[in-house]
Amino acid sequence: MGMTIAEKIIAAAAGVDHVKPGDIHTVNLDRLMSNDGTTHLTVDMYHNKLTNPRIADPEKLVFIVDHNVPADNPKTAAAQKKMRDFAREHQIDFWEGKGVCHQIMMENYVCPGELIFGADSHTCTYGALGAFGTGVGCTDFLYGMVTGTSWVLVPESVKFNLIGKLPEGVYPRDLMLTIIGQIGANGCNYQVMEFCGEGAKTLSVNDRMVLCNLSVEAGAKTGIFEADEIALAYLQEQGRKPKAVYKSDPDAVYAREYTIDLSAVEQVIARPDFVDDVVPAKEVCGVKIDEAFLGSCNNGRIEELRIGAGIIKGKKVAESVRFLVVPASLSVYKQALKEGLIDIFMESGAIVMNPNCSVCWGSCQGVIGENEVLISTGTRNFKGRAGHPSSKVYLGSAATVTASAIAGEITLA
Amino acid sequence: MPTGAIFKFHNDLDTDQIIGSQYLLLPDLEEMKVHTFESLDPDFPKKVKAGDYVVGGENFGCGSSREQAPGVLKALGVEAVIAKSFARIFFRNAINIGLPVIVCKELPDEVNTGDMMELSLSEGIVKAKGKEYTCTKLPEYMQNILNQGGLIASLNKEE
Repeated sequence: MGMTIAEKIIAAAAGVDHVKPGDIHTVNLDRLMSNDGTTHLTVDMYHNKLTNPRIADPEKLVFIVDHNVPADNPKTAAAQKKMRDFAREHQIDFWEGKGVCHQIMMENYVCPGELIFGADSHTCTYGALGAFGTGVGCTDFLYGMVTGTSWVLVPESVKFNLIGKLPEGVYPRDLMLTIIGQIGANGCNYQVMEFCGEGAKTLSVNDRMVLCNLSVEAGAKTGIFEADEIALAYLQEQGRKPKAVYKSDPDAVYAREYTIDLSAVEQVIARPDFVDDVVPAKEVCGVKIDEAFLGSCNNGRIEELRIGAGIIKGKKVAESVRFLVVPASLSVYKQALKEGLIDIFMESGAIVMNPNCSVCWGSCQGVIGENEVLISTGTRNFKGRAGHPSSKVYLGSAATVTASAIAGEITLA
Repeated sequence: MPTGAIFKFHNDLDTDQIIGSQYLLLPDLEEMKVHTFESLDPDFPKKVKAGDYVVGGENFGCGSSREQAPGVLKALGVEAVIAKSFARIFFRNAINIGLPVIVCKELPDEVNTGDMMELSLSEGIVKAKGKEYTCTKLPEYMQNILNQGGLIASLNKEE
C-alpha cells in the first residue's frame, strides 16, 4: 500500500519504512517553534517540573516574540523577559519584533520533508513548502525540547483535487474559506488536508500558505502541498535546501477526496462567530464596520499588501473606520516600503503598524470595543476574538477588507 | 464513583471562550483561572467546584493551541471534559496535562447544566439522570500518559 506525503514524512521521522493511519510512532523532530503566547509557561515548567532539565539540541529551537509586541503592560513584559532570558542562556534562536512567527519560519527555517512542532495552532502553514508542521501545546513543546522527540498518531489524509484557476478578483482566501464552509469546522478533524491537482500549479507559495494556514480551522492536523518546482524555487531564493521531497504514491489511501473547481469560487465572507459560517460576500454587503484589518500570518504578505494598496490608491479610509495595516514580517514591510505601498496606505489614512499578530489574536493594539464590528484578514472570528465579547468579526480577503475600509461598510471589491 | 455537577457548552466551543487571549500572558494559571469561560458565563469560576464536569458537543476546544485552556479547567478542579468529539490540539493538550477527556456521543444531548453526573474512568462509564453511558476508550498509549498524570510526569518517571 502506498503512502501520502504526510505519511512519508512521519515514516522518515520515525525511522521506519511504512506507517499507516492510526499507528502511534515516536518521531524525531526537525524543529520546534514557540512564541510569547505560551513560552513563559514552558520556561516555568522547565525549571519547576522536570527531574532532569536539559535541552536535546538548542539548534532545533526557535523562540519568537510576535503576539503582543511591543509589550503593552508590565505582566506581558515580564512574560516576554522570561522567554528572552531563557533563549539567551541556552543559545536558542530568538526573534522579537521581526514578524509573525509563521512568516519568520517560512522565510528562514522551513524545508520540505521536515516534521515541525510549533506551540501555535497555525504551524500547519508550513505545508506550503511540503513540510509537516503542526500545532501543539507547551507540554508537548517542552517534551520535544528536552528529548528531541515526540509521539505522533498518524492521521488519515483527505485529498483536495484543485482544478481550474481562480477568477480575477477572487483570492486563495476566498477559496479556503469556501472549502471550510463546505466541510465545516471539524470537517477534517485529526486529518491532513492534501492539496493537489492542476489547480495547485496556479498557486504561488504565498497562496499555498493561505490555504495550509487555515487548514486548522477545519480541524486538520496540517495542510500540505507537494514541494514542486514552485516551492523549490521559493526555497532556493531563501537560500535553503530541502530535507526531502516527497510525492504521494499513486496507490496512497485517502479517507475522502474532493474536487474543487477554482473557477467557480467567488468573494466570500465568514460571518461571526464561526469560521465555517461562510456566505457569498454580496449577502453581507452594507454591514457597518468600525475597524478593518489587513495583516496576520494568513494574509499579511507582500501579495496582499499589493492588492490592498492597488484598491486604496488615491482613495481615503472612511471617517468612521480605523484601518490597520500590519505587514507580516520586517522583510515584507521593507519590500512594501520599496514598492511605495506604505506611502499609499498612509496617504489613505490607514494606521500602519509594526509586524505582529495585532488584532487577529485580540490581545494587542487594535482590539475593538463593545458591539464594534471588525472586518479582517485574520485567522479567526470567534466570539470576542478581537476584543470585547459583544464585538463581531467578519473574515474576508485583502480586497474585500480594503474595499470595506473605504466604504465604511462591507462591500464587494 | 466521583459525583459532580455538569456545566454544558455548545458545539464548536473554541479555546478563546475557555480563556481569552488577553489573559494568556498573565504569570500563571492561578491568575488566569478566574477568567475561565468569561465571555459565556463570567461566574463560572465561582460556581464550579472541584469534581465538577464540563460537557460539550462536537469539536470541543477548537481553535488556538493554547494549553492554558485545559490548564485553567484543571486548575479549577474540573474532573473531566465529556464531549461528542474534541478538536485534536485540545484533546492532546488535555491528556498531556492529565485532564481526562472523554468522548461520549449520547450524553451531551441528554443532560443540562446543573444535572449531576458520575464517572468511572477505568470502566469508561458515565452515569447521569438514572442512565448509564458507555464512552469511547482512549488508545492505550494515551491512556498510559493520562494514568501517569500527564506527559511530563511520565517523562520524569523514565529518568
